[in-house]
Amino acid sequence: MSGPVLILGAVSAIARATASALAAKGHSLYLAGRDMDELSRLALDIKIRYGVNVRFGYFDGGEYGSHGKFQQDVLAQMGGLEGVVAAFGYLGDQQAAVRDFGEGEKIIRINFTGVCSILSHCANYLETEKKGFIIGITSVAGDRGRQSNYFYGAAKGGMSLFMQGLRNRLFPTGVRVITIKPGFVDTSMTFGMQGLFLVASPRYVGERIARSLERRKDIVYIPWFWQYIMWIIRMIPEPLFKRLKL
Amino acid sequence: MNKREIITSWGRYPRSACLLTRPERYAMLIPSDDICIARGQGRSYGDCALNTEHSVILTERVNRLLSFDDKRGILRAEAGVTLAELLEVFVPRGWFLQVTPGTKHVSLGGCIAADVHGKNHHHDGTFSSSLLEIELVLADGSYRRCSPAKDPELFWATVGGMGLTGIITEATLKLRPVETAYIVARHYGARDLDETIRFLDEAHWDDKYTVAWIDCLVKGGQMGRSIVMAGHHAIPEDLPTTVRSPLIAEKRGERNLHFDLPKGILNSWTVKAFNNIYYRLQSSKKGAFITDYDHFFYPLDGIGNWNRMYGKSGFIQYQCVIPLAHSLQGLKLLLEELTGSRRPSFLAVLKRMGKEGPGLLSFPDEGYTLAIDIPLTDPEVFPFLDRLDDIVLKHGGRIYLAKDARLREETFRAMYPRLSEWQKQKNAVDPDSRFASDMSRRLGMAGFP
Repeated sequence: MSGPVLILGAVSAIARATASALAAKGHSLYLAGRDMDELSRLALDIKIRYGVNVRFGYFDGGEYGSHGKFQQDVLAQMGGLEGVVAAFGYLGDQQAAVRDFGEGEKIIRINFTGVCSILSHCANYLETEKKGFIIGITSVAGDRGRQSNYFYGAAKGGMSLFMQGLRNRLFPTGVRVITIKPGFVDTSMTFGMQGLFLVASPRYVGERIARSLERRKDIVYIPWFWQYIMWIIRMIPEPLFKRLKL
Repeated sequence: MNKREIITSWGRYPRSACLLTRPERYAMLIPSDDICIARGQGRSYGDCALNTEHSVILTERVNRLLSFDDKRGILRAEAGVTLAELLEVFVPRGWFLQVTPGTKHVSLGGCIAADVHGKNHHHDGTFSSSLLEIELVLADGSYRRCSPAKDPELFWATVGGMGLTGIITEATLKLRPVETAYIVARHYGARDLDETIRFLDEAHWDDKYTVAWIDCLVKGGQMGRSIVMAGHHAIPEDLPTTVRSPLIAEKRGERNLHFDLPKGILNSWTVKAFNNIYYRLQSSKKGAFITDYDHFFYPLDGIGNWNRMYGKSGFIQYQCVIPLAHSLQGLKLLLEELTGSRRPSFLAVLKRMGKEGPGLLSFPDEGYTLAIDIPLTDPEVFPFLDRLDDIVLKHGGRIYLAKDARLREETFRAMYPRLSEWQKQKNAVDPDSRFASDMSRRLGMAGFP
């Protein structure tokens, strides 16, 4: 079974790699995002390389009001959906957010409430279909709050909890909900950042995400060892953790 | 974001601290405010994709395929795509590159900027002969499409122009129809330079793709002995019945050299021994045999990072071409210098080239091109290479910029007589020299200091 998949936030390097890996398995795609010129280039590329049907259209994760109509359009164009990959996100500027809640609100709106909005629409549709999948790309940053990026971390952590709830709700219907937690990935978001280690390529991450559909895991750390790194970080007692410069 | 990093190209010499950016979107692939140069896969050998304390724009992520006409084999793609990706996608559909260099891990933009050539140069010309159109973003941020018919001045200044006219963003090229992923190849052992030249010169021995591996260490009567390797695309009838899908070549595992070979392992004795074994082995192959395109075109790609073989200090790949009228004489002098120097160089390649093309700074010229790896073991290498330059220049030849890291400015000027014509085009599109590289400064390419 390889039906149509909606990629939300399709322009990022991880989303592109995921879309390519899904197309290689025969899925047709709907690429959604804000940069229409980039989307058209990506759509052409995937179509030529993998010979699948690819459509694209405008989608803004932060504009809740547009999500319902957007989803109806996608369903009409693709003739239904087998799955959704929520790959959009916004790292933002923690320093700015600390002083200006406008920035903080934007980080939360795109990474958390926007995800809640569009995935609710998608979940309601897939529930009636009684099959399919929802993949959400969150972040290891959501596993514990740190001073250096707690707006982003809180939003991603909220997204992880939201997906946990969806998984619980949709389990009886047979719809799979998979939470992806990538570690450091070599993308434009991290290019030039100091202090990164064990950086994975987007291609590797994309292939692992596509492969998660064939596995049984609900929460997938990519690469796998981040599961243990984050376990250790979560185990640090709060009285100690609050003293660390992280 | 950008980052300052010490980078180097395939020859691992020189090293330079550059400010790297890596756009992921087409619209972000634009000249920086600073002096900049585009860099694809970093597979040129010297300093043409280095820019000390200035911007280097990595094009690798802007690599989408944009259209493909499967009737005529016409592809439009972003220039960051590699030939390896193109082959992976299009060989199974019956299309190959018209011209390919000796590695597939190069970007499309790099192939254009260096106007690369392949084993079929004497039949099909350089990479630019497969181009229908290219798109550039110029210093002022404007986009220009050019081709041999449209804005030919800009086209022929960009082809072979080492990235100095603008950033090559897209290219449209014609692919070659093939029926299989395989090559019918033949090896001929040539005993000395005269025989090597005869094999490469005469149509009887020639094939679509012809090149000679030449032993640059053996002296005396055997000087210039070689293995001439010739081949053409196989048709399904050529293949053994065990091959079920003729357009699918068996996947080759790529090994990596994970460390630098210590100094001294490659010396004139070990390389001499290697050359002896290789010569015997390869010349013992009698008659035609079938090989897949990877093994035929990209033998060295089988060992990732083979450049580490020459150790930490790196190497120069010295590639020159000497025009036909003086080829034999010039090659003899070069070989005498090389064999006399006792510098260990395996992997020397000799090839007959076809006519010079219209690219103003394109390297190929009708004659013979010799490429040899010279490890940078000691400072004496540089005066030694200057002596080789003198021989090349005296015989009317030139050095390949894509491989160069040390040529002198005056020698360069004498070798490229169309330089002033090129500078006129460069100044027309980039009057403030916003595009520059360590190479362009070393060779005074922009025309004013």
